[in-house]
Amino acid sequence: MTDLWQLTISEASERLRSGALSAVELTRAHLDRIAEVEGSVKAFVTVTEQQALRDAERIDTRRREGEALSPLAGIPLAIKDVICTRDVTTTCSSKMLEQFVPPFDATVMVRLNAAGAVMLGKTNMDEFAMGSSTENSAFFPTRNPWDLTRVPGGSSGGSAAAVAAGEAMGGLGSDTGGSVRQPGALTNTVALKPTYGRVSRFGLIAFASSLDQIGPFARSARDAALLLQAIAGHDPLDSTSVDVAVPDYSAALTGEIAGLRVGVPAEYFVEGTEPGVRQAVEEAIATLKSLGAEVGECSLPHTRYGVAAYYIIAPAECSANLARYDGVKYGFAARGEAESLIDFVMRTRAEGFGAEVKRRIMLGTYALSSGYYDAYYLKAEKTRTLIKQDFDRAF
Amino acid sequence: MSIGRATVEHVATLARLALTADERERLRDQMSAILGHINVIAEADTSAVPATAHILPIDTVMRDDDPHPWPDSQALVERAPAHQDAYIRVRAVLDNEVDE
Repeated sequence: MTDLWQLTISEASERLRSGALSAVELTRAHLDRIAEVEGSVKAFVTVTEQQALRDAERIDTRRREGEALSPLAGIPLAIKDVICTRDVTTTCSSKMLEQFVPPFDATVMVRLNAAGAVMLGKTNMDEFAMGSSTENSAFFPTRNPWDLTRVPGGSSGGSAAAVAAGEAMGGLGSDTGGSVRQPGALTNTVALKPTYGRVSRFGLIAFASSLDQIGPFARSARDAALLLQAIAGHDPLDSTSVDVAVPDYSAALTGEIAGLRVGVPAEYFVEGTEPGVRQAVEEAIATLKSLGAEVGECSLPHTRYGVAAYYIIAPAECSANLARYDGVKYGFAARGEAESLIDFVMRTRAEGFGAEVKRRIMLGTYALSSGYYDAYYLKAEKTRTLIKQDFDRAF
Repeated sequence: MSIGRATVEHVATLARLALTADERERLRDQMSAILGHINVIAEADTSAVPATAHILPIDTVMRDDDPHPWPDSQALVERAPAHQDAYIRVRAVLDNEVDE
């Protein structure tokens, strides 16, 4: 007998559509699951129980009245706390935004709400999306549901853990340098970073603007396709979103990959790879081959510069994006007497930001500062071109 | 690759971060170590390539100048840590010290 929280989105959606299941029952089952395991997993910063049940009830009413609803209607989701949700605290797991309540919804939320999805709450993350373990959260660490002594990865560890633990049927995270993909790998969930520009960044609290993208977590590729379908597409409010038609992701899931050409970069097999990891990759390659894909080696020779280029570009962009947190317009403000405005701003930022955030702001500021800009930032941007060209050539 | 103390102080001021002496020392060590690793990009031959600031070939995205008033300015003001009526309060930018 399957518990409701063990269903996939596709399965639940079918039962909701047929009337075998109500959105309130489904949401209630997930709230109960949260109550059961959240003490161990700690995926959520905020659980929006009342709003979730109200929204689920509204979906049930609309369906009863004969309205045709989207496949995501009534589906309970977990949303990373880096995405602005109107009237619901959005903290980025930072003291700086601990009390911040956005007066608007991110575009992805507008689209999910229009599809009738139910938000269970906001999930824990590495502070301001900086980190790969969710240990950099200013509030508490999230644990990997598969092994509570391990991390779920980061920075979207909360959303990954919530989906893996059955606390939510799907989730949203954000990925700048792996923050959706890596937690997905560590929690055995399907996790996707969409191509930059595919999903609107309006309402995504910015870390590195040329790298950030919102991406889905789910327990099946079919579910991930449903989530991406709902959020993808051009947004006039995000000038970096591309005006390119969104394909039917679900229709593409035929399971037919005969003739698909897959390249495995030689440079990705490095010394020090855990034997179990190498084996898992080799088994996946064998599976793809047995299904008819043509898998061969390719070369991305500038791979060795990737991390270095990232560690200049991302902190540089972060230092610019986080300059807005000054205790004046919103967010945390240092208390007590300050000598001057600058003193007030400096103390606000010293007290509001955690160590990792400060480290990246410092690195980024350094890389952009006069005298170092050419050697670091400009050099990194040119290296980025070389890396891009490797991919262009491979494809 | 070692960063000087004066550089750390200068960068902290630019970044508007008030650091304790301990933090300054720790960041000096950490930044030096990280920059040591990052320096591998000096080996990349970037002589023949332009910089990539942005991955998409889009430029100067325009829209019609069609204003939509924000319906609730007060909600924005009330989110400021210090506010009064319709205004956000902030410390004086310039100190008008009068020499007696």
